[in-house]
Amino acid sequence: MAYTVRRPNLTFWEKLYLPNIVAGLAITFKHLRKMLAGETKIVMQYPEEKWDAHLPEYYRGAPTLVMDEHGREKCVSCQLCEFICPPRAIRITPGSVPNDSQFAKAEKAPEAFDIDMARCIYCGLCEEVCPEQAIFLRKDYAVTGESRADMVHHKTKLYELGGTMPDLVHKWNPEK
Amino acid sequence: MDFLNDIPWLLILSSVAKTLFLIFLVVLPLVSYTVYAERRVSALIQDRLGPNRTGFPTSLLGFKTDLQLYLGGLGQPVADAVKFLLKEEFTPGHVNKVYFWMAPVLAMVPALSTLAVLPFGNYMFGQKMVVADVNVGILYVFAIASVGVYGIVLAGWSSNSKYPFLGGIRSTSQMISYELSLGLSAVPVLMIIGDLNLSEAIRYQVENGWLLLPFTDGKLTLREILLWFPVFISFVVFTISMFAETNRLPFDLPESETELVAGYHTEYSSMKFALFFLGEYAAMIAGSSLIVVLFLGGWHLPFLPINTSETSLTLAGSLLGLIHITVFFAKVVVLLLCFIWVRWTLPRFRFDQLMKLGWLYLFEIALVNIFITAAVIAFVK
Amino acid sequence: MSPILFWIFTALMLAFGISVVLNRDPVASALSLVASFLCLSALFVGLDAFFIGVIQILVYAGAVMVLFLFIIMLLDLKAEKRRHFNRLTLVGGGAVAAGFVFELLHVLNSFSMGKNPFPPLGVARLDDVRQVGITLFTQFNLPFQTVGVLVLVASVGVIVLSRRELK
Repeated sequence: MAYTVRRPNLTFWEKLYLPNIVAGLAITFKHLRKMLAGETKIVMQYPEEKWDAHLPEYYRGAPTLVMDEHGREKCVSCQLCEFICPPRAIRITPGSVPNDSQFAKAEKAPEAFDIDMARCIYCGLCEEVCPEQAIFLRKDYAVTGESRADMVHHKTKLYELGGTMPDLVHKWNPEK
Repeated sequence: MDFLNDIPWLLILSSVAKTLFLIFLVVLPLVSYTVYAERRVSALIQDRLGPNRTGFPTSLLGFKTDLQLYLGGLGQPVADAVKFLLKEEFTPGHVNKVYFWMAPVLAMVPALSTLAVLPFGNYMFGQKMVVADVNVGILYVFAIASVGVYGIVLAGWSSNSKYPFLGGIRSTSQMISYELSLGLSAVPVLMIIGDLNLSEAIRYQVENGWLLLPFTDGKLTLREILLWFPVFISFVVFTISMFAETNRLPFDLPESETELVAGYHTEYSSMKFALFFLGEYAAMIAGSSLIVVLFLGGWHLPFLPINTSETSLTLAGSLLGLIHITVFFAKVVVLLLCFIWVRWTLPRFRFDQLMKLGWLYLFEIALVNIFITAAVIAFVK
Repeated sequence: MSPILFWIFTALMLAFGISVVLNRDPVASALSLVASFLCLSALFVGLDAFFIGVIQILVYAGAVMVLFLFIIMLLDLKAEKRRHFNRLTLVGGGAVAAGFVFELLHVLNSFSMGKNPFPPLGVARLDDVRQVGITLFTQFNLPFQTVGVLVLVASVGVIVLSRRELK
């Protein structure tokens, strides 16, 4: 429903504009003075100061792959993360674990595992969907590269970033 | 080759030297550092830091890292200039080519030409520090400034696109409207000084105190006190009109980003855009210089001896001449900072409010002010 | 004034004047007229008539022609650009111009002052702004005031006419 907004009744000094302009100038000058005097709390100076020490536990940075304490790739290339990834940043080429391997029980391991960091939206769905707890979002946030190809994290890079994470369940341990 | 002897070589050479000094050593650096100040002051007002870390990109030349000199971002204007020069010179396909290329030049040249009559210092090396000491100084400034509209109109029209066109139209009507109050508000000052020559305006203020601060000559008469009120009114009107003439916020409707993308220079890129930018800031410098000359005593600083043509040839005289030039540009810089301060304080006017302010208030105030001044001059000796 | 500068600005002024007539694009014509005004004011400045020269720029180039250009741009005259020269108007216009030049030369030749170079101007006692002011307000005060009233009446009339509500 349409209704009329009542205009405020301005006093003479308000109609003159100039006093209010001077008041506004005083406010901006106060901010300027406080900045110059160093009284204003300013933002973090990024390359010199970093958030690293203050990052919260739940921070979602770049996705990485992890190994277990025996040095086995946890990923069994089930490709669930590839399916769920909203921007389709993940590409997995499944491969098999050779029979004579210590970890032959797992049967499969990724032959190639690429995450295109130019596409990744850091949503963490891959971490949530992973049945093997093989993919984790770590705290790296400064992902840079000079070309699109540079922005793709290959398997070695992903393991390098991820490191090891001991298993809670040992279902793939080598058979005794 | 008889006519070669008739040419006043000394006059031409000294004028060229003064012009080169003014444009390349003063105005262009001042323009680039005004842009820097604009960004820095706006940031400080908004509790940010602004550009504070421009270093030299030595890594481009094959070194491992960039050379970081902590100059507080003073290298930023250089980086900006290089960026403007290296960007692609793009001309859209739908524009009217000839006028499209002409417009930036027409926007910048008048702004720089107005500086010709501004006395930026007293004598130095036996020369008066003004490029052209003509007897119509202030009229010349208004005339050349009014020609500056062409650049903006042509840019808006030749871009062949709706937003630039709207910006061009707004700018034209705005500049024509505010030229009236600009001219009329300067009349009381000219009546008091009794001359159109800007050097004479400064000479008057040296002898009788600056118009806005009449006590700077050490005495205060009843006439000066009574004249101070019209002078103050005309200073306020003149400054507001100057904001509108130079398209500065709160009157930057020709390029209001929220409505018109970027106004008349929407279609421009790289150095052509930079010329508009340069013209706008040069106009700001010219306007501030005019305010300094008319109201704030120009190069004069009380308690400082005044050079004459003869004394300026000595070492002390040259030093004094240099101090006078510095004083003039220091005053200009203070005014420029005020321009910036106002810009980052006030919101933009609506177009009808702008026209109403110009035609219904400033114009009338300036007219009445002339009568008040005339009455004071006529009845109070 | 140096004769070289005089000839340069005269040639430029005439060239731009011709381009006003010959250009089919109204915007180009208007801009040529502006350039022609600028050259004319340069000629005035060359005669030490700074006041007239500056007023020429301020009034004609700075105000009148801006409004002209403004209106031309708003009208967007496409038809005007496509029109070609009519041979009859070309010949007729040329004949009128030639006749006028002939007449001018004849008049200049027929009276004695026209054949002699103009005697050099004396140095003015006052600068031209003061001269104009003193002349206007002492010798021609009544006509000046009358013209002022006339302009006022005209501007009031324009506002009344333009503000009339459309029925």
